Amino acid sequence: MWFSKPENTKPLALIIFFVTFIGIVIYVYGSKKRSKQLESYRDIPFLDDQPGDQDDTKDKQ
Amino acid sequence: MAVTSYSGAEQYNFDIVKKFSVMALVWAVVGMFAGVYIASELAWPLLNFDSPYFSFGRFRPVHTSAVIFGFGGSALFATSYYVVQRTCQTRLISDGMASFTFWGWQTVIVLAALSYVMGYSQGREYAEMEWPIDILVEVVWVTYLILFVGTIMRRKQPHIYVANWFYLAFILATALLHTFNNLAMPIDLFSMKSYSLFAGTQDAMTQWWYGHNAVGFFLTAAFLGMMYYFVPKQAGRPIYSYRLSIVHFWALGFMYMWVGAHHLHWTALPDWTSSLAAAFSILLLMPSWGGMINGIMTLSGAWDKLRTDPVMRFMIVALSFYGMSTFEGPMMSLKEVNALSHYTDWTVGHVHSGALGWVAMISFGSLYHMMPKLWDTKIYSRKLVEWHFWLATIGIVLYIVAMWISGITQGLMWRAFDEFGNLQYSFVESVAAMMPFYAMRAIGGMFFLSGAVLMATNMFMTIRQGKREGAALEAKLAAKMAHA
Repeated sequence: MWFSKPENTKPLALIIFFVTFIGIVIYVYGSKKRSKQLESYRDIPFLDDQPGDQDDTKDKQ
Repeated sequence: MAVTSYSGAEQYNFDIVKKFSVMALVWAVVGMFAGVYIASELAWPLLNFDSPYFSFGRFRPVHTSAVIFGFGGSALFATSYYVVQRTCQTRLISDGMASFTFWGWQTVIVLAALSYVMGYSQGREYAEMEWPIDILVEVVWVTYLILFVGTIMRRKQPHIYVANWFYLAFILATALLHTFNNLAMPIDLFSMKSYSLFAGTQDAMTQWWYGHNAVGFFLTAAFLGMMYYFVPKQAGRPIYSYRLSIVHFWALGFMYMWVGAHHLHWTALPDWTSSLAAAFSILLLMPSWGGMINGIMTLSGAWDKLRTDPVMRFMIVALSFYGMSTFEGPMMSLKEVNALSHYTDWTVGHVHSGALGWVAMISFGSLYHMMPKLWDTKIYSRKLVEWHFWLATIGIVLYIVAMWISGITQGLMWRAFDEFGNLQYSFVESVAAMMPFYAMRAIGGMFFLSGAVLMATNMFMTIRQGKREGAALEAKLAAKMAHA
């Protein structure tokens, strides 16, 4: 079988991984609207903050 | 994005985070003490006491397991449970399963240490545990995976924050690596001894596929998860670029799995395999530095924190060491450099610049940020944090410089020929030349250990202070209620 030979599947795997990775980069940087949406997720760690959370250590419980 | 109000202990399971945090500090002190002891054995061999139970060979895996799995592992359990709950704004799906991972994991570390001292070892680096302990690790790890994924699945926040991606990649990859590296046949059902299912070169390849990916996914990806949450929190500003963090994640995921064979240059392994591993190692420099820049630039506009906040200093120095060791690693993976560096102390120095400089420093920073919050108090002594920082930094520098000099000297002595084409030095001459550097390394380790002891003391006092404040508050409330 064609795909059972490593000399065929190795370059195929390389192409699949490379194309997938390029696809991810295009997805991430390709659209201004999507970029804005993705960058909005930066704030997630601060969404469940309480007053005083940034004050060195004082926090919860 | 969903914004959820935070209602404290009822909303989240912080009890498990507290337990793992405390054990991370306990294992840090135990594991680093074992490290200083074995480093001292090399500098002052009388410490072997002519006893197999005290020998370097048995104590070395006690050190590596206690610091990697005991300290690092417990710190990762603690922070991953904290981060996944706070960024998904939901409680862990099962308190019982969380508790099982705690007791199971601590049992693994204790059993591993005891078995090594008694002489049981698979002889596989960072995976010396014999098969019964391996099975326990497997059960604990699958429970951890179910708990983590289950918690993500019931999140209130629609988007999964990037730190959780790194943690999840670490959990999945570690499960895969542990399973295949430890495929072995016990010689008897009631015997601790087993033999690997692989043989010869395949066995070596499997071991280093595991070994380097343990570095890649356990010691890098997981601690990057820690970094992507705690650096922004401590800096009080969001990560520099979320898009860069996505590319960082996928690039590391695609590339790390290929690089293990660079540990087997100039061996029976086919040449193309180790060349491929070297090529991927060089490529890894880009995402690694992308991640480092992303972390450091988070401080952009607030650089004064480096002067005023010792916890932030731990994190930024950790990122700097991440950058340095991810430059040194690809360089050492080049065949020409490797011909000099391999089998020498340079490798040991490189590992410790990553382990002490990156892994331990980011863990210290994250624990300093998280532990006072868990006990609802402030750090007991900022002065002690400052002392810890400088002791740790000086210790790392002493350690790495000693190992650079000693490693390059070893490499050069081993390849030196006289005018007749014979080896110029015997092996024992190279060992004798190492002695001053072994002493310097042990002293560096003592500095680092002293810092860890200071931290453990500081956190113990912080916890006590938090409990006292809690009790005083409760008494005040009770008195108010009585008067009402």
